[in-house]
Amino acid sequence: MEVDRFEPVEEGVWRLAPEGRMRVPALLFASRALLAAMDDKVAEQLAGVASLPGIVEAAFAMPDAHWGYGFPIGGVAAFDPEEGGVVSAGGVGFDISCGVRTLLTGLQAGEVRDHLERVADALSRAIPAGVGSHGSLRLTNAEMEAMLTGGARWAVARGYGEEADLERVEEGGRLAGADPAAVSERAKVRQRDEVGTLGSGNHYLEVQVVDRLYRAEVAARLGLVEGEVVVSLHCGSRGLGHQIGTDYLKEMVAAAARHHLHLPDRELAAAPVDSPLGRAYLRAMAAGVNCALANRQVLTHLVRRALGRLFPGLAMDLLYDVSHNTCKVESHPVGGRRRRLYVHRKGATRAFGPGHPELPPALAEVGQPVLIGGAMGTASHVLVGAAGGRAFASACHGAGRAMSRNQARKRWRGRAVVRALATGGVLVRSPSYRGVAEEAPAAYKDVDAVVAATEATGLARRVARLRPLVCIKG
Amino acid sequence: MPHANGSPPPWEHFEHGADVGVRGRGASAAEAFAAAAVALTAVVTDPTRVAPRKAVAIEVREATLELLLVAWLDALIYAMAVRTMLFGRFEVAVTKEGEAWRLTATAWGEGVAVARHRPTVEVKGATFTELRAGPTATGGWIAQCVVDV
Repeated sequence: MEVDRFEPVEEGVWRLAPEGRMRVPALLFASRALLAAMDDKVAEQLAGVASLPGIVEAAFAMPDAHWGYGFPIGGVAAFDPEEGGVVSAGGVGFDISCGVRTLLTGLQAGEVRDHLERVADALSRAIPAGVGSHGSLRLTNAEMEAMLTGGARWAVARGYGEEADLERVEEGGRLAGADPAAVSERAKVRQRDEVGTLGSGNHYLEVQVVDRLYRAEVAARLGLVEGEVVVSLHCGSRGLGHQIGTDYLKEMVAAAARHHLHLPDRELAAAPVDSPLGRAYLRAMAAGVNCALANRQVLTHLVRRALGRLFPGLAMDLLYDVSHNTCKVESHPVGGRRRRLYVHRKGATRAFGPGHPELPPALAEVGQPVLIGGAMGTASHVLVGAAGGRAFASACHGAGRAMSRNQARKRWRGRAVVRALATGGVLVRSPSYRGVAEEAPAAYKDVDAVVAATEATGLARRVARLRPLVCIKG
Repeated sequence: MPHANGSPPPWEHFEHGADVGVRGRGASAAEAFAAAAVALTAVVTDPTRVAPRKAVAIEVREATLELLLVAWLDALIYAMAVRTMLFGRFEVAVTKEGEAWRLTATAWGEGVAVARHRPTVEVKGATFTELRAGPTATGGWIAQCVVDV
């Protein structure tokens, strides 16, 4: 993008003044280089978001922002129902509550490296991944309803994990307000065999080593030790979330005129929070969030079981679980008073700072862990929320694509990518070489630059960098 | 009008920053929709590797031709997901009934065979991004949108 079109507000924060139908400005958090590399569509889409009714303060873009659907990916926007605010299915996206969770192993990198092939094979066998894969659970209608209202709590009650896991998941593992009746039959059918599956595309499971600490004291509080191994997984609400997105996007577009909404882009499909359609979507979306939390909880169980066989006695505590495609009701100070807002984070992570009342006691002093996945073969990062709660306490979510899947496929061969990564000490397991080519590390932005910009602009503070040893792709 | 047998329908992918655009062209709306369906399959696998072993009937109705395209692709995405199938051949009819558009189709395909199909990525849904369905200035028909993967 042309950097000159933005007004520099401070180092790393760029402002697009309201024009046309924009009700608030757009604020972009990025280094000059990251901003220049962003697609023009990011500014165009932010302007569209800024035009929606009830938007508060600004439409924000995180340092990893790129062209999305209606909302940019890496976009944050909050709406006040008292001012006619809306909820947008496009602002949450198709993969509701897609997110990252990280497990501690306490193993030294050397212990794992000695058995790296076995670890990769065991996880590859244990984790259903890719097109056509099914989980070992087939949910009855009653169990589907229990899962959609119970989230990770449902999974733990069924024996997938431990009670202690739940306080390390946003909302204690279960988002309130879910109503299975607001979810279509098609969505439920699509999910029946998909609980405990990883998915495909940019979803992954990685065995990683903590290779750098930025804040040793905070890292210690989180259980992160340099040279030790962690396991991270990135996935979402699978077929159920995709179908909820599909169903409500269509309904919101059809109802836009009735709601007197001018949509600059149909993908910005929205409905007033205080409307039957808006409320129905929020109930369905909460069910989608719970589905994602249950899914990651079941996958956690599968990882623990697979690695427990190779390393008997292994305890794998959950560091944290974040979601980065959500709309959540949160209280934020705006204009001198606290307001109850519907905060959309599309490809953005919640990042509550130290002392936030929703944090569990063990994390209250350090802030909420913010888990940032890199591209396949590149680093991931653990950050914590910063005091101040900029952009409604939000941070980036990943590296963000730098080139399209088509371009990546033309540039790289999957087999060569796998070989090159193996030479560099990263074992990849994937059913599809073409999929690997499309996910080649250089098809993504430099995640180190993204998290550096996230820290420099005060969105979150870096704690540790994680380097992959094994990557399971769908 | 059913898509004529013979030469494969012309389809292509177009660029989107994070995902993939699917585009079909033809002499009629039906041909363009059938070609867009082949482009959809090509996001997942090489469509020529998919054998037409089983037929699935699909019917959708929408108020506009563009919405009909999204509904058609979503119906295929749904069928792929719940039947664990891939589709390689399509017969499509598109008609206008009063103010609404109706599509009836048969999609032929087979169960996903990971070793043979080497499927790349699941498609989550069709989007309204770059959505276009209708006649072109040059006389043919086009059907396109970005799909989320």
